[in-house]
Amino acid sequence: MREFALERPTTIAAATAAFNAGGEAALLAGGHTLLPAMKSRLRMPDTLVDLSQVAGLTGMAVEGDRLWIGAMTRHADVAETATALPALAEMALGIGDQQVRNRGTLGGAVANNDPAADYPAAVLALDGIIQTSSGSHNAEDFFQGMFATALADGEIITRIGFRIPERAAYAKFRHPASRYAVVGVFVAKFADRVAVTVTGAGPGVFRWPEAEAALSALFSVAAVKGLVLDAADLNSDIHASADYRAALAGVMLGRAVAAAA
Amino acid sequence: MQTKLKINGTTATHDVSPATLLVDLLRDGLGMTGTHIGCDTSQCGACNVLIDGIAVKSCTVLAATLDGASITTIEGIANGEDLHPMQAAFKQNHGLQCGFCTPGMVIAGLEIVRRHGHDVSNETIAHDLEGNLCRCTGYQNIIASIAAGAKAMGAK
Repeated sequence: MREFALERPTTIAAATAAFNAGGEAALLAGGHTLLPAMKSRLRMPDTLVDLSQVAGLTGMAVEGDRLWIGAMTRHADVAETATALPALAEMALGIGDQQVRNRGTLGGAVANNDPAADYPAAVLALDGIIQTSSGSHNAEDFFQGMFATALADGEIITRIGFRIPERAAYAKFRHPASRYAVVGVFVAKFADRVAVTVTGAGPGVFRWPEAEAALSALFSVAAVKGLVLDAADLNSDIHASADYRAALAGVMLGRAVAAAA
Repeated sequence: MQTKLKINGTTATHDVSPATLLVDLLRDGLGMTGTHIGCDTSQCGACNVLIDGIAVKSCTVLAATLDGASITTIEGIANGEDLHPMQAAFKQNHGLQCGFCTPGMVIAGLEIVRRHGHDVSNETIAHDLEGNLCRCTGYQNIIASIAAGAKAMGAK
């Protein structure tokens, strides 16, 4: 790892000031993506701004129809305490391994927006609101393709609000080594609509309108039987071809609906 | 940077560069080579330590971000010459062959007991060991060791 300056602010204002102090800066949350990237010199920041001492970035609370979770809440804590949203807790329990879940954070994962990450599927399906140091974003506008988000340089996620559905489930075909999603499908049924999102399959998380329409008419496994994605827009790599991912999405959709129904 | 750490019960202030990984402070700075570096990419779990009682991969944590934390390494769990029950269980159940992964496996075993208690099933142990790689044993005796160690810790 190349040497860098480390700042450990205790407030959002101080973190923002440290980020903007000059040179290339990066925000450090749980570090389980950033530090490996720095080891391999894919990232070489001059300054690393550690968010672990910033007050008010952890914990969760139900407010109205939403569950709000602090950005620095670790995956293990989401898995153990997000009882208001069992599908999210279950998702968190499937990220990485236990030691990774003990460090990795919700905000870090969402800010990174890895195309095979799990959380973006939940944030998008559950009408997520991403509150930040300078405002807030709706999930629909937040995720902008591979590793791209609406966050400005140095904008810090403070907490994320998930609309609590009547029923929801996430089904993931897990890469056995990386544990990222080869394909993951999140299904959420609200009183007014059904949301279906897909991660791992394409260049970024996306909604699946055909599945949403079918499930809005009838929320059952039978309603989506045989439904597959169009392979034209999907990823092909050493792990899976686009055609395979298209078929896998149909299988994961069926499993998610079965788990939620 | 100065970072004050309580390591295996001893509190001291360490002078580290910001880029120093916890595992490098332990091994190179303090000569505590029981914590191993297997993959250096947060896959294998050979570098597991407890930070404030919770298992983490010390190859993916910056020492300077841990100011004030309490660290337990494999060197810190035995009571003098008496092995910790989890260590003794690995010895009794032939839970190691080459031994390289063992420090991380023992720490993972302590994490499993923390999360699941003393009567943990083999299935749960196998699942929770997914962040630890062993290239010798085929895992069966490691699972048996952790199950026995968990019970022994409860009987203590």
